[in-house]
Amino acid sequence: MDDLLSEFLTETSESLSTLDVELVKLEQNPNDPDILSNIFRLVHTIKGTCGFLGLPRLEAVAHAGENVLGKIRDGELVVTPDAVTLVLESIDTIKYLLGELEQNEAEPDGNDADLIGRLNHFADTGQIPGGAPAAAAAPAAEEADEEVPMTDDEKLQAAFDAAEYDPDFEVPDEPAAAADPEPEAPAKPAAPPAAAKSQEVAPAKKAAEKPKAEAPRAEAKESSVAAQTIRVNVELLENLMTLVSELVLTRNQLLQMVRGKDDSEFTVPLQRLSHITTDLQEGVMKTRMQPIGNAWAKLPRIVRDLALEMNKKIDLQMIGADTELDRQVLELIKDPLTHMVRNSADHGLEDIPGRRDAGKPETGTVTLNAYHEGGHIIIEISDDGRGLNLERIKAKAIANGLATESELEGMGEQQIQQFIFKAGFSTAEKVTSVSGRGVGMDVVRTNIEKIGGTVELKSVEGRGSTFIIKIPLTLAIVSALIVESGGERFAIPQISVLELVRASNNSEHSIERIHDTPVLRLRNRLLPLVTLKKILGLDTTQESDDAVDEEAFIVVAQVGTYSFGIIVDRVFDTEEIVVKPVAPILRDLSLFSGNTILGDGSVIMILDPNGIATRTGEITVGGSQGVEGKAKADASDRETTSMLVFRAGGSEVRAVPLALVARLEEIDVENIEHSNGRPLVQYRGKLMPLVFIDGSYQMKSEGRQPTLVFQDRERTMGLVVDEIVDIVDDVLNVELTADQDGLVGSAVIDGKATDLIDAGYYLELAFSDWFGTEDNGGEKKRVLLIDDSPFFRNLLTPMLSVAGFNVTAVENAEQAMDLKNRGVLFDAIISDIEMPGMNGFEFAEALQDDAEWGEIPIIALSSHTKEEDFERGRQVGFSDYVAKFDRDALVSTLIQTLSSM
Amino acid sequence: MSDKNALVPSQEKGGALELGGDSQDFVTANIGKQLFGIPVLTVQDVLGPQRITRIPLSPPEVAGSLNLRGRIVTAIDVRKRLGLRDREDDEPGMSIVVDEGGELYSLMVDQVGEVLSVPKKAFEQNPATLDPRWREFSDGIFRLDKKLLVILDVTRLLDFTSSIKQAG
Repeated sequence: MDDLLSEFLTETSESLSTLDVELVKLEQNPNDPDILSNIFRLVHTIKGTCGFLGLPRLEAVAHAGENVLGKIRDGELVVTPDAVTLVLESIDTIKYLLGELEQNEAEPDGNDADLIGRLNHFADTGQIPGGAPAAAAAPAAEEADEEVPMTDDEKLQAAFDAAEYDPDFEVPDEPAAAADPEPEAPAKPAAPPAAAKSQEVAPAKKAAEKPKAEAPRAEAKESSVAAQTIRVNVELLENLMTLVSELVLTRNQLLQMVRGKDDSEFTVPLQRLSHITTDLQEGVMKTRMQPIGNAWAKLPRIVRDLALEMNKKIDLQMIGADTELDRQVLELIKDPLTHMVRNSADHGLEDIPGRRDAGKPETGTVTLNAYHEGGHIIIEISDDGRGLNLERIKAKAIANGLATESELEGMGEQQIQQFIFKAGFSTAEKVTSVSGRGVGMDVVRTNIEKIGGTVELKSVEGRGSTFIIKIPLTLAIVSALIVESGGERFAIPQISVLELVRASNNSEHSIERIHDTPVLRLRNRLLPLVTLKKILGLDTTQESDDAVDEEAFIVVAQVGTYSFGIIVDRVFDTEEIVVKPVAPILRDLSLFSGNTILGDGSVIMILDPNGIATRTGEITVGGSQGVEGKAKADASDRETTSMLVFRAGGSEVRAVPLALVARLEEIDVENIEHSNGRPLVQYRGKLMPLVFIDGSYQMKSEGRQPTLVFQDRERTMGLVVDEIVDIVDDVLNVELTADQDGLVGSAVIDGKATDLIDAGYYLELAFSDWFGTEDNGGEKKRVLLIDDSPFFRNLLTPMLSVAGFNVTAVENAEQAMDLKNRGVLFDAIISDIEMPGMNGFEFAEALQDDAEWGEIPIIALSSHTKEEDFERGRQVGFSDYVAKFDRDALVSTLIQTLSSM
Repeated sequence: MSDKNALVPSQEKGGALELGGDSQDFVTANIGKQLFGIPVLTVQDVLGPQRITRIPLSPPEVAGSLNLRGRIVTAIDVRKRLGLRDREDDEPGMSIVVDEGGELYSLMVDQVGEVLSVPKKAFEQNPATLDPRWREFSDGIFRLDKKLLVILDVTRLLDFTSSIKQAG
């Protein structure tokens, strides 16, 4: 049987038993408004639910009953035994109908016009048709006989009333019907019974008789569905769960005691106890499990309304609705889910013309998919809409002061997309009634993280977005890794542990230090490390640091897309733990998510990886290298970038974003060789050119020279420095300098003015010969660079200059047009696509017909690198298309383009 | 999962109930030479020395947490709370477990004494000259034959929010 229906039956039969009792009470205390309103409410609920489920016959009866009760409540009618009998009769009819419904899953044929007629008649006149007073005390069956002498007039009146009241039946459906161009199914069935009623005045009596005859049977039936389920107070279940959790703990405790004693007499009974406990735990968990479909039930309606309002066509697909998860979790994700589906439908999907233009089917799809995966439930919400608009997110991030332009330029797509999880971030152009109020994804994320879950985001512009929510099946019992640090044990929830790395000086993984900040090389990445002891304030000794480095365990944890390593002293095993909240006086310790009792009876704290990440100055935008260290407390809640601060040639400090540095090396000066007058070193089986910060730089004559290794695909380059000073997390605010080779600009880092070096410049310096653009003696080619971003202009201008071009940089197409009008000539133009005012495409189009500039090759520069963009670019006269971040490609393309001229 | 709806009913709760009689009952405890009283009905348990798990970063008065028959109890060092020096001897000390807002706290004292029934007429307000910290945590004083019994207000003793403010 349909879940909804069986739930309805259970609920209604409960209401009906209450009603019976209440009605009798009412008869005794006709003036008690509480009883009356309770009755009214119950009948009203039944009516409402029937309407919702599309059960017109039931609804009609309930409606007529409610009508009478309404009049009584309003004081228009007085409560008489007759009235009560009449209402009871309608309740009996409802019971009968329910019985049939339970058996056949459909309403029985026929109708109740007679009963409804009498109810309505009573409601209108206060008179019981057929002079039923005798029937008041008589059993229902007799009452039916009494009705036989109903006069024709009365019958007509009844029929008339029935007909007259029919329009009312539709009332609840009308708003929906009016809103929807297609008549809705539930609205329809209300009409046919009305027609039937007027024709069937004669048989109506039989119909009225029938319920009474079957009433006892119906009563017997009613319980059969109800008997299969009982309603249990949720609190009782919660308590059971708590007790089971305790039992699990005690079992663990016993197991631990017996472990290692092979021939203990307890082994066998304990094993049984263990099995039973596990079964019990599963059983109790099951009582708390509900299909996720329950949380989805509202969604089709929301999406439908939204589609109408926004004039979109939306197909909501729900896969895996019967995937079960803990009731508590379900409650907690209901709202975030609703919000996200709304978001997908509202922001994600384009409107119909928009979809047509994008070459997609008119109907957009929002897909919900839920499934289990190893102790977690995964919920995917995907749409095939427009995807996240990176440019808009960037603009918004800058407008909101969440990041500077230069920070954004250094970020990957993924990182930029993460901004939508920031508070107050909404890229919807306008606030609709549906979404766009800016209180969105950050709340979603917070709610999901609150229950130990994670949200991931994948989005391809133009193709849609997918949100992947990963949440634990239950909150009560989680699997956790037990670690030791500073003599204390702690639990780390397994969900956030990616892997364990054992670091020691002679294994392939060793902890390296940049100043005092530990980092770990892990699969070609530098993983920031935090020492648990330190952040917990358990570090009492001064020298312990080096001791740790000899042999340390690193728990690689992930929070969102940010991963970092936690250095611990020892790792024990994983254990099932019951999360208990900490005492209120400890609530503000953000590093702990709770505490628990271990199998051995000791209390341990559960670490919250989110808290640790926040603590270590990680910025919520994933991927950037938050490293424990000098991040000032006040800076921790602002956006920071990790900068590697070093000294090279002179006393002033210089910095480079840590993300750009592949490795830090110390090179023995003896190993430096020279080739073609350039210093090289053999590094990992390849030759790595070394460059100096400037021409006048002097290397050490002996010993080891610290070197920053930059990597750009296949090529590596070493920048020789004097000293690596520190890694600093700070708000990066580049105050731009005039063109000086190798510098992006200056910024205040850690309170000091610091030169920010341009890694790209040094890469080009090392590899300029690759492009064959070493001074060829000829005249330098003139290149016009148009880009609205000062960061890019400052990055590309020196780079192109070094590669042998004479670069003129302007910040928009209008300025370029000015140059054109002044008759300045160039050999090539490099233009950004997205620019305020005239964009790249328009600019190229404008040049196409120009006599002077029409022939100049234009290379488009953009972060968009999709096929369509290439196409469009070629159409408007771009000779080539280069991704913004691909410096080498730009130079080689430029050379190719110019040589083909 | 709190225990506000525990299947297993927790012990009677209640503050310093006015029992209508002429006397009140207190569990007495020694810290240093001072005698303290805690209303008997707030007391759940009296414990000997326990294994306590330290809680890093917690306020210094929080000694840690311990497992009392499957419930996690937060241990409060009453000496620190009252601004007294740590104990010099190596006596293990004892604890009085109290229920405050559904949470259990274990108040660590030097020695737990007997349950005293004291006549109400022996009650005195705190002297105005008392150390403000003590005044905050004390409900008043009972004059006993040879000693003074300082009544601890458990709720205020465990209200860390106000004292954190004080500490700045």
